[in-house]
Order: sequence, then C-alpha cells, then structure tokens
Amino acid sequence: MFPEWLRAGRVTGLAFTLAVFLSSHALAEGPQSTPSIFAPASTPAIDTYHLSLFVLQITGAIFVTVAGILLYVIIRFRARDDDDDREPAQVYGSNQVELAWTVIPVLIVVVLFLTTARLIFAIQDAPKPSAALEVTAVGHQFWWEFRYPRQGFVAANELHVPLSNTSHPSPTYLDLLSADVNHSFWVPQLAGKIDLIPNHPNDMWIDPLYPGLYVGQCAQFCGVQHAKMLLRVYVDTPEQFAAWASNQAKPGVQDPAVAAGRRVFETEACMNCHTVIGTAATGRFGPDLTHLMSRDTLASGAMLNTKENLRQWIKNPDSFKPGSLMPAMQLSNDQLDQVTAYLATLR
Amino acid sequence: MADRTLPIDGSLDLTPPREQEGTLLETLHSWVITVDHKKLGLMYMMLAIFFLLVAGAEVICIRIQLAWPDNHFLSPQVFNRLFTMHGTTMVFLVGIPLVFGFANYIVPLQLGARDMAFPRLNAFSFWMTAFGALLLYYSFIGGGGLYGLGNAPDVTWWAYAPLTARAFSPGHATDYWALALIVTGFGTLGGAINVIATVISMRCRGMTLMRMPLFAWLMLVDSGLLLVTITPLTAAQIMLVIDRYLGGRFFDTQAGGSAVLWFHFFWIFGHPEVYVLVFPAFAIASEVIPVFSRKAIFGYPAMVAASVGIAFVSLGVWAHHMFTVGMTSASNTFFVLSTMLVGIPTGIKIFNWLATMWGGKIRFATPMLFCTAFLFQFLAAGLTGIMLSVAPWNWQLHNSYFVIAHFHYVLVGAIVFNVFAGIYYWLPKATGRMMNEKLGKWHFWLFFIGFHITFDTMHFVGFQGMPRWIYTYSADRGWNHLNLVISVGGMIQAVAVLIFAYNLITSLFRGKIAGNDPWDAWTLEWSTSSPPPAYNFATDPVVQSRRPLWDLKHPEDPDWRYE
Repeated sequence: MFPEWLRAGRVTGLAFTLAVFLSSHALAEGPQSTPSIFAPASTPAIDTYHLSLFVLQITGAIFVTVAGILLYVIIRFRARDDDDDREPAQVYGSNQVELAWTVIPVLIVVVLFLTTARLIFAIQDAPKPSAALEVTAVGHQFWWEFRYPRQGFVAANELHVPLSNTSHPSPTYLDLLSADVNHSFWVPQLAGKIDLIPNHPNDMWIDPLYPGLYVGQCAQFCGVQHAKMLLRVYVDTPEQFAAWASNQAKPGVQDPAVAAGRRVFETEACMNCHTVIGTAATGRFGPDLTHLMSRDTLASGAMLNTKENLRQWIKNPDSFKPGSLMPAMQLSNDQLDQVTAYLATLR
Repeated sequence: MADRTLPIDGSLDLTPPREQEGTLLETLHSWVITVDHKKLGLMYMMLAIFFLLVAGAEVICIRIQLAWPDNHFLSPQVFNRLFTMHGTTMVFLVGIPLVFGFANYIVPLQLGARDMAFPRLNAFSFWMTAFGALLLYYSFIGGGGLYGLGNAPDVTWWAYAPLTARAFSPGHATDYWALALIVTGFGTLGGAINVIATVISMRCRGMTLMRMPLFAWLMLVDSGLLLVTITPLTAAQIMLVIDRYLGGRFFDTQAGGSAVLWFHFFWIFGHPEVYVLVFPAFAIASEVIPVFSRKAIFGYPAMVAASVGIAFVSLGVWAHHMFTVGMTSASNTFFVLSTMLVGIPTGIKIFNWLATMWGGKIRFATPMLFCTAFLFQFLAAGLTGIMLSVAPWNWQLHNSYFVIAHFHYVLVGAIVFNVFAGIYYWLPKATGRMMNEKLGKWHFWLFFIGFHITFDTMHFVGFQGMPRWIYTYSADRGWNHLNLVISVGGMIQAVAVLIFAYNLITSLFRGKIAGNDPWDAWTLEWSTSSPPPAYNFATDPVVQSRRPLWDLKHPEDPDWRYE
C-alpha cells in the first residue's frame, strides 16, 4: 500500500509544479495571444488578479494543511499485516475540537469576505469620469455591434478604445445590451465578464494600460455559433484612436470603378440586413459594413479579412461558420466578384 | 439486555431466497409490477448506471472534438446537443436516480423497516423517472417536429431564457426537454416524500432520530431539499411551456418578460441541487469511513448539525451563479457571504471524517480507496468553490473551464467516486456476491489517474481564458496541448469505467459468496441475509445505540454506554 500512496503524492506534487509554472509565465505585460487572467492589463483585471493571488494563498495553505493531515492519517493509521485483531480505541467526539475547527474557518471567512466586498464596491461602483469614452456594445447572434453615440458611428466585432494610463486615466465605459439572447463580454486581460441580457441593461469599464490587440469571446451560450462569437479589442494610442474614429465617422467610399458591385449590393438582399452609410443600405440585422475593410477579421473573428475569404464568406457562410445567420445568397460568380470588389473598397 | 432481539445469524431464516422460477417473461413481469423497495432501488441504480454510460459516451465524443483545435469531428449543432444532453442526463437521469437508488435500497434496511412507507408511490416515482428519461431521449427522434428530422435539445442544461423561446428554438427539442423534466420532477417529488415519510415513521423500536445511521440522516435532509427545490424547477418548466404554446410572456424579453426571472428560478433549484447530488456521497462516506477505519464516526451530532446547516444555507446562495448577470453591488456582496458560509459546515464534515480515521486501523479495500480519494478531491473542490465565491474573481472564472473543473471535481471527484465506493460496499448485500478486489483496485487507480489528468488540467485552461460551451477553438489561443491532455485523461477514465462494468457483471456469476456481513460492519442492513429476504427482517429489530451490530459483537463494551 505504501508505495501506491507515494505515487498519489507525486501526482499532487506535479499538479503544484504545473500551477507554479503556469502562473509564473503569465506576468508578461501587454496583450497576449492566450488571454490569461493572470496577465492583466487594465485596472479591474489587475485588482482582481491581486485579490486572486491572496485567495490562492489562503486556500492553498488550507489545502496543504488538510491534505497533509489526510496523507499523514493514511500512512500512520493504515492497517498493517502484523496488527492484532483488536479494534482500535473508540472515540465518539469532542466538543472542544469541534469548536476549534468551527471557529478557525469562521475567522478565515471573515477575512476573505471583507477583502472581497471591498473590491466588489471598488470595481462595480467606480464613479465614471467625465472624460470617459462611452461605447454601447450590443450582442447579436453571433457578432458584436459597437455604437459610439458621442462620435456618431457604429462599428462591429472589433472594438477600438484609447490607451489609458494611471496618472491620466481615460477609461472606456461599456453599456451592454442584447438584441436577441444572452451573451457575455469577456476579454480576460481587461476585465471580468459581464452578461448582455435582453431587456436588462448592464455596464462595465476598462482602462487598458498597454496598447495592442486583446482577444476574448462571448462567454454565455447564445446558440449554434457561440464558439465563433469572438472578441477583439484594439487598444490604440490617442493619435491612432483619433485617426480611426475620424475615418469611422465618414460615409462609405463611393468608387465608380466598382459601381456594378454596389448595384448587386443594393439590389440583392444584402441591404436588408447591412448598412453602408451613404447608400440605400440601412439594414440593422447584420454588422455595419461602412468601413468593412478597416477590420482585420470577418464574421466576428472567424477568419482573416482577405479578399478570398470575403468572397467565400459571401458565397457560402457555412464554410467558415456553419449555422451563422447570414444566408448564402446564391449569387452568380460574376456577381460574387463584383460585390466582393465593391466591399473591398469600403475602407 | 434481555430485550436484545436483533436478528443476527441464527435468528433469521437462512434458507437462501427462493430462486426465481418461471420464464424470462414472468421474471420481467415481476420486476415491472414490483413495489419492493429493494427491487425498485436496484432498478433506480440500473437506470442511473445505464445513463451514466450514455452520458459518458456523449462526453467522449465531446472530448474527441475538443482534443485538437479547429477539429471537424462534430458539427456545432451536434456538439451543442451533446453537451446539453450530457448535462441534463447526468443531473436528472444519473444523479437523482442514484439518490433514490441508494435511499430505496439502504434506508429501510438501516432503519429495520420492512419496506418504504409508500411502496406504490415508490413504484410510481420510479416509473415517472424512467418515462421522463424516455421522453428526453425520444427527442433524438421526435425533436424536429413535423420535419421528420430528429434533434435533441441544444440550449445547455441551464436552458437560459430567452434562448428557449420559440423564436430562437423552433421545433420540439426544447419541449421534450421541459416535459421530460416535469415528468421526472414529479417522480423525484414522490420519491422525496417517500424517503421523508419512511425515515419519520418507519424506524424500528429504539431507533431515535439521534441513533439513526448518518446515511439515513443525509437521505432525510436530501429529500427535504429535493422537495423544496424541484418545486420551483417544475413551476419554471410549466411557465416555459406556457410561454411557448399559450402565449405567455414570463420569459419573453421582446414583450417585456424577464430572462433574469428564469435565471433566478433555475438557480434556486440549481444550486441546492448540487447539494442534493453530493449528499449521497456524504452519506456513503459516513458509512464506509467508520467501518474501514474500525472506529465510530467522530462527532455524530456535529455531523447531523452540519448536514442540516448545509441544507439551510444552500437555499440562500443561488445567485452566486449570477455574479455576472449585473446585480447590485449589495446583492453581490450578500451572495459572497452566504456562499462562503457554506464552507464552514462543509469543513466541519471533512474534519470529522478525518478525525474518524485518526487513530483507526484503516483497511484500504476498494470502497475505502474511493472514499479516501473522495476526501482529497472534495477538499480541493470546496476550496475552488471558495475561489469562485469571490465575486470579482468569479467575473473572470464564471463560464470558463475553471468552473467545469470545479463542478466536475464535485460531481465526479466526490459523487462518482463515492458512488463507486457505495457500489463496492453494498453490492455484496444486494447480490450476495463480492466484487473482485483486484479488478476493483485497477478500476480505482485508473479512474483516479484519469480523473486527475483531466480535471486538474481543466483548471489551468480555464485560467487561460477558455470558455465553456464552445465546439472548437483556434490554435493561436494556445489551448491545444492542455485540451489534448484533458481528452487523454477522459479516455483513461472510460477504460476504468469499462473495467468496473466488467467487474460488476462477472461478480454476479463468479463473485465470492459474501455472507451477511462481509465488511464486519455495524448497521442493521448487515444483520440480515445477502440478498435480504422479501420483507428484510424475520422479526422487528430493536436497537439501543447507533451501532447495533457493534453492541452485539462487543457485549463487553457496547456503544449505548456512551450515548
């Protein structure tokens, strides 16, 4: 029996080593391709990270103590071959001992509760500075709409926010709405998730401290393509952000060279669901395409925004995202080429 | 001492139970019409084990799909159905039938009773559960409605509104889900009422509530909890059906209804449900650990109080599943506190089990191996539960694989482990034959290793931001290696479960004859023959302490002197 239990101990040891390894490599600053909650880059995520380390230490200490006692009991009090047949001494309980192991956990709970409560209020009830950027995020089956009400434009799937810093915070406040079912906004490096629930507006805030692209995704099951409702948050320097915003505020490019494609767009069903500012297309069901080419990805991060992918996506959305609500419009090859060429001008 | 009429050895008719004569059809008929608590208990267990295998097969498909990034083994539609069915099956067709399987078989025997309080209600409850299960699985054929294309529900086992509205879930898949849960729900309510009535009114002479085995206590508390939690679930299902077919607007957000209302209904059932499922594990541990440590349970009154305490507190913690829903900071704080408070009685239970082992002579037979691993894993699960109760951290961890890891640590690491312990422990009583000890150890070690490979790893992929319910992920997220490890661990567990199934089936024919009391145990079920005769006891037993068989085996040092 003894060596077998040693083996069980080794499994535990391995798990601990893995834990230390995984949490130590995570401390790099700035955006990462793996969105670890241990690589925070915005105040709510950073504060949560520090609280989580505190909780990990307390729970880790409890685990080591109690599991250590358990291992000791297993080894020390195991039945041995040379035991006599007598039963061990029968002990029925002890009020003092029961009291001790009730009071100690109560004290631990008090400490954990108070530190937790403090951070809940600090994050959830943080006053909104007047300089904060306001964005309304609307969850759709299976994409994100980002409205910038003060700037007067609408973007989709790729959220651009300005860089903040601790001396001059310029946070972004998100109003979270849903057009259909429940979704959840989760970019682990920036903040914990908050749900987008129809008929139940929520809000959250981030103040990213390092520029770059942060990834995340919808974290509440919302239907067939929940898995490919990905999130990309671009943290821009103030100059980059201003340039991006001024471009987004413009109407769609009107290039006579692709007039045929625009005709297809406006005469087929595309315009029922999509908007291109400056054209007849004012649909609201799908993403706003006015500046489609300013985005790096298509279909809420499902694939890179290349011309080939765009053509294939229009031809057969199911080839990238089976079950997405965009229908295959049965366009001819010519029409496909034309409409792709048109969309490719929408910078 | 003169009133000691405990039926042990000579006092009982020891002629083996009459072999079932007659054709296969007659045997089958006798099982279908039976109201005997032991047969119904076994039928509940068979139902649960059958669906454990079904849900296991579903999750194997899920794990193959997730083993590699951008995998095409399953379509997203099928993947979503499989995890919905896996969750629903495990909770309603495995977890709850296991409660009643154990409660039905063991509780009357432990109480010295001849049957449950309401034998016919018992049969009714079982068949409601079984037909509810049939209804749920029939959705694979009938779920598509008139189109003739079957499909199973694909709305997760939470079935969050408004995804279940007809606008988002056309066809009949969601209807099958709701109706199946209503039907099994009535079976569950019947079973719960029966267990409560049995424990209250069927105890043998001398068995006061505070002399009752902890197993029976936990089943009593468990049934009480079921009674108050299945009710809101059933109400919510009926409201859902009204919404879908009678133009109700409870959860229809487009018409002013409230999705959050469903969340509350679901979790006021859903959280206590976790305790409903884990109480049988506690119950089994409270029998197996003392017997294999050769000591009386430490702190019996504290254990009873802790169980009742957990049940009460668990009714006030449901919204810790809803920290991300956007409640006020004050509500969030309240549910942080109530959730952390559950940790206290839970800790008391773990410490009492440890103290029971302390100073014992622990025999590591297969049941005890599983129970020891349970202690270790339940400790870890409790601590990850504390982590999840920290609301700001929960905003990160909620709906990530960390949560999956946490609740599988409870549902598999605690419950399934102890269910295996319970089966190795009590099957000899039910069949009269022992399960093979060597195969049992193989089963244990493989399952233990596979479990830890899978679920320890899941915590980390959760830390890395992988959400649940996704049918695939791209390679650049860096989750691929850990997911492959998780899937490999799953396969190891599957092999272990097959060994268990083989062991169980062969033990029926080739197992060593068990005798009445193979583990040298102390509660009343071990005083009657194995398998017990139709009405359990030839004469009504009389008990004087919590361990009647200890008193009998140790007349020089009986328990009743100390109670």
